[in-house]
Amino acid sequence: MRKLLEKYPVTSTAILFLLWIILYTALQLLADAAVALAGLPQGAHLTEAVRFFVFEVPKVLLLLTLIVFAVGIIRSYFSPERTRKMLGGKKLFAGNVLASLLGVVTPFCSCSAIPLFLGFVESGIPLGVTFSFLIAAPMINEVALVLLFGLFGWKTALLYMSTGLLIAMVSGYIIGILKLEKYVEPWVYETKAGHSELAEEKILFPERISAGFDAVVEIVSKVWIYIVIGIAVGAGIHGYVPENFMAGIMGKGAWWSVPVAVLIGVPMYSNAAGIIPIVQALLEKGASLGTVLAFMMAVIGLSLPETIILKKVLKLPLIFAFVGIVAAGIIIVGYIFNFVYS
Amino acid sequence: MKVQILGSGCAKCKTLEGRVRQLAAKYQLPVEVEKVTDLQEIIKYGILTTPGLVVDGVVKSAGSIPKDDQLLLWMKGTS
Repeated sequence: MRKLLEKYPVTSTAILFLLWIILYTALQLLADAAVALAGLPQGAHLTEAVRFFVFEVPKVLLLLTLIVFAVGIIRSYFSPERTRKMLGGKKLFAGNVLASLLGVVTPFCSCSAIPLFLGFVESGIPLGVTFSFLIAAPMINEVALVLLFGLFGWKTALLYMSTGLLIAMVSGYIIGILKLEKYVEPWVYETKAGHSELAEEKILFPERISAGFDAVVEIVSKVWIYIVIGIAVGAGIHGYVPENFMAGIMGKGAWWSVPVAVLIGVPMYSNAAGIIPIVQALLEKGASLGTVLAFMMAVIGLSLPETIILKKVLKLPLIFAFVGIVAAGIIIVGYIFNFVYS
Repeated sequence: MKVQILGSGCAKCKTLEGRVRQLAAKYQLPVEVEKVTDLQEIIKYGILTTPGLVVDGVVKSAGSIPKDDQLLLWMKGTS
């Protein structure tokens, strides 16, 4: 398999894509067949839960594979080094817009947040612009978009992406005009970062395809278990929790539900893969979209472990400002969604 | 020859360190392997993503785990 891919990258990718389409279109049939074969009684709670599970798991995994592959190829065109170069010399606002957009396509791992932060700030990129990047990068990720698209449709995915971008742009801009540089640990500006002369290699297209496959192996092997567990919990809620159960707690009628969802979401740490299937089930039982999306943004966009990592380079007032501004943005977005979808 | 792995505890950093040590042992290469976890040390090399791989003070890669044959070439000092 690996050898074939290396020898005929384009042809084998095309064949795999064809297989993907066939499998994807046959999913409902396969799921119904599996349920029928298991001999479960029609219409029972358990049957519905099982049907949901055997349909959603392969569907989401298939979508994930395709999108992660595509994103892997796109990301091979962007590197953090290149992003830094593009952001150099950019002023506030224009810089915030660009940084948020680049945050979506530049490969990013929260374990690299510190070297990246230092590298950006020391090369003269304004603090606010750096924050726009750091907010957009984890919040708008391919896993979140795939799941939103797969479970709710393209409109919700697009809304999530555009409001996420808006939060990153505006929050970074506010941090920029508040002039919070004095709350960055002083050693950050004292240490002189070196400049590595990593040669920009010319990458050929077949190598980008292999970068796509590498991304699939890396990400899918890491998140599949969360997806399975998340969908299992979702299936349980789907089959057993009564209709409109959540309407009172997370419905539109409860004005306090959005800030409470964000307050609960911030200290929680999960990735998009685990949280979205649960979110879908909550929605189905009467929770409103704005509340649920706010919850999801708070969980994956603001995480406690990442904030603790940032403590090494930022003083507390700046950390509070960062979390506070982003949380406020998420709450506003939650209300807007609830208002629009009423 | 001195091979340094820059990274403060990400999963990929550990994988890379293991890979380098394994190769050094397997081919009995005369290299000294060192893990650098101090942030201020790391940023002196100007990398933005971890793990970074430094051979005799020169940054060879950042943010990825290079393939074994590539690692071997660097560790033998042939490229």
